[in-house]
Amino acid sequence: MARTSRHARDVAVVAFAQSDHRRNTDELSEVEMVMPVLHRVLARTGLKAGEIGFTCSGSSDYLAGRAFSFTMTLDGVGAWPPISESHVEMDGAWALYEAWVKIQTGEADTALVYAYGKSSPGSVRDVMTRQLDPYYLAPLWPDSVALAALQARALIDAGETDERALAAIGARSRASAETNPHAQLKGAVPQGAYQVAPLRTGDCPPVGDGAAAVILAAGDVARGLCERPAWITGIDHRIEAHGLGLRDLTDSVSTRIAAEQAGVFEGPVDTAELHAPFSSQEVVLRKALGLGDEVSVNPSGGALAAHPVMAAGLIRIGEAAARIHRGESDRAVAHATSGPCLQQNLVAVLEGDRT
Amino acid sequence: MTAAASPPEVLRAPLVVEFPFTRSLGPVQSAFLTGLRERVVLGVTTSDGRVMVPPVEYDPVTADEIRDLVEVAATGTVTTWAWNGDPRPAQPLATPFAWVLVRLDGADTAILHALDAPDPESVATGMRVRIRWATDRVGAITDIACFEPADAPADPAFPQAAPHDGIFADAVTGIVAEARLDYTYSPGRAQTAYINALSERRTVGERCPSCHKVYVPPRGACPTCGVATTDRVEVGPAGTVTTYCIVNIKARNLDIDVPYVYAHIALDGADLALHGRIGGIPYDQVRMGLRVEPVWTEGGRHPDHYRPTGEPDADYDVYKELI
Repeated sequence: MARTSRHARDVAVVAFAQSDHRRNTDELSEVEMVMPVLHRVLARTGLKAGEIGFTCSGSSDYLAGRAFSFTMTLDGVGAWPPISESHVEMDGAWALYEAWVKIQTGEADTALVYAYGKSSPGSVRDVMTRQLDPYYLAPLWPDSVALAALQARALIDAGETDERALAAIGARSRASAETNPHAQLKGAVPQGAYQVAPLRTGDCPPVGDGAAAVILAAGDVARGLCERPAWITGIDHRIEAHGLGLRDLTDSVSTRIAAEQAGVFEGPVDTAELHAPFSSQEVVLRKALGLGDEVSVNPSGGALAAHPVMAAGLIRIGEAAARIHRGESDRAVAHATSGPCLQQNLVAVLEGDRT
Repeated sequence: MTAAASPPEVLRAPLVVEFPFTRSLGPVQSAFLTGLRERVVLGVTTSDGRVMVPPVEYDPVTADEIRDLVEVAATGTVTTWAWNGDPRPAQPLATPFAWVLVRLDGADTAILHALDAPDPESVATGMRVRIRWATDRVGAITDIACFEPADAPADPAFPQAAPHDGIFADAVTGIVAEARLDYTYSPGRAQTAYINALSERRTVGERCPSCHKVYVPPRGACPTCGVATTDRVEVGPAGTVTTYCIVNIKARNLDIDVPYVYAHIALDGADLALHGRIGGIPYDQVRMGLRVEPVWTEGGRHPDHYRPTGEPDADYDVYKELI
């Protein structure tokens, strides 16, 4: 069946690379961490840095504690002579969205998208409180685990899950990560003590450093660079009110709307790469995306196996695309999140050509 | 058994980022925070008639401007909670507590705060709580010290929110959002080597294996070629002033008399100019092409400034590519 395109141009992920995600990368500056990933993703297409039409990155200065830290990583791209470049202070999934729009406008045929995060220099739980409303929330320093735990309790109270089921999500994720050479946590990992109850260590993502990169290309360029391009047949992102008390934390309205707009429900999906840093969030996302047991969810291990902040969402798109490249998936959904308790969500549908 | 080569020691140092963001309040947030100072909890009515506490100025669904303030009770019901057995430094309570979302009586939405409770067994969704006010209140969310359990049924004065004009004497119009984050900064391999060499009064750069340019200070990558610069080379000590400016404004905490000269200096063997102060010569005699060398002070880990070497000036053609 021929794909029907809703966009001006057919755009595909043609290559994906990521670092080995580790608890600590003291010996590496950001550019030293990112550069090998950029070289690897370029090598997969044979493109040289100078042949890329548009470059977009995602990261956050708050992780490094230094202003404009992302400019340093541009050294790893080879930004002289001047290149067409942009940056989002967000997960790289949103950098990918910007690059996808750039290609849709016809101003570029290829794009390099990368993202990185070094959480190790600071305390990421405290750092993330600085993204909260500065009037009502930030002065209380509710950390990222605490907010996720409020959502987990709401789900348990609503009868949608229980602590045993949450533990099983973490265990399944880390078992899946056994075959992922880049994952930080893999295999049998103790569920551990309560961090903020009802969430235990095993329900929370590991703190780690890492980077990821993808290359996007349009139409015949994509076909020339990749044997089986992962066509982005739909992509959309939606945001909800910041106030947690305004939202039904057991649901993700923004994910559902983004999925409808991206066309997720127009056909079956076989793979879902969900950016669910906390086990409880997978419960919410599965419901919003209508995923049944037949769908392979986070075969990479997901964010519970490796969570380089600002790269983890882009990695979901990259992992979903890589499965299509390898012929292990025909139609995959990739998801990225940002903000407390799944406040903002991006959903993409990736499809491979059928023979 | 032979010992594995130990990785090169990487420098690290504490890095503290503190920012007292000063923020102004709009009419709704001003009324809410001033109200807290006066032990009055205000909400705002949304376009569809719901009462939102804490209030915002624009409807989250329609984006309409909303200004209709109402008063709600200081008692309410927990809608969800999480037990925080190990409070972090700046959180509302130093002893284990529950994070709670509380729907105050008269409100349709919930407010996030801390609940002072002895243990998780004493907390449940649906439990009744009331505000414990801070002793010293300034017009901030922390004027609510926390919530505490309350057996009381819904406050009969607030079966529903009551209109409120939001007017208080001496309204709070801004807050200072204090924040401090602690980091351990590591400059990475290339810059560690540079800094360590400086403390031995040597300057090292790194050469790009592709374009052969020598970068000082090295950051580990060639920004032209986008490849790692691993070939370490010693440069200087002398160099050439490629361009300069005369500084006439004294920086705070800087013990240097103005005017002084701040220059770009291409060290011999480097393909990138670094910057430094020029001393040992009247400021109005500094010129492009001036040959200079670094001056280290006793115990200094980096050059304090650069002074003339006394050599003839460099030809313009020699350094014009480095300006």
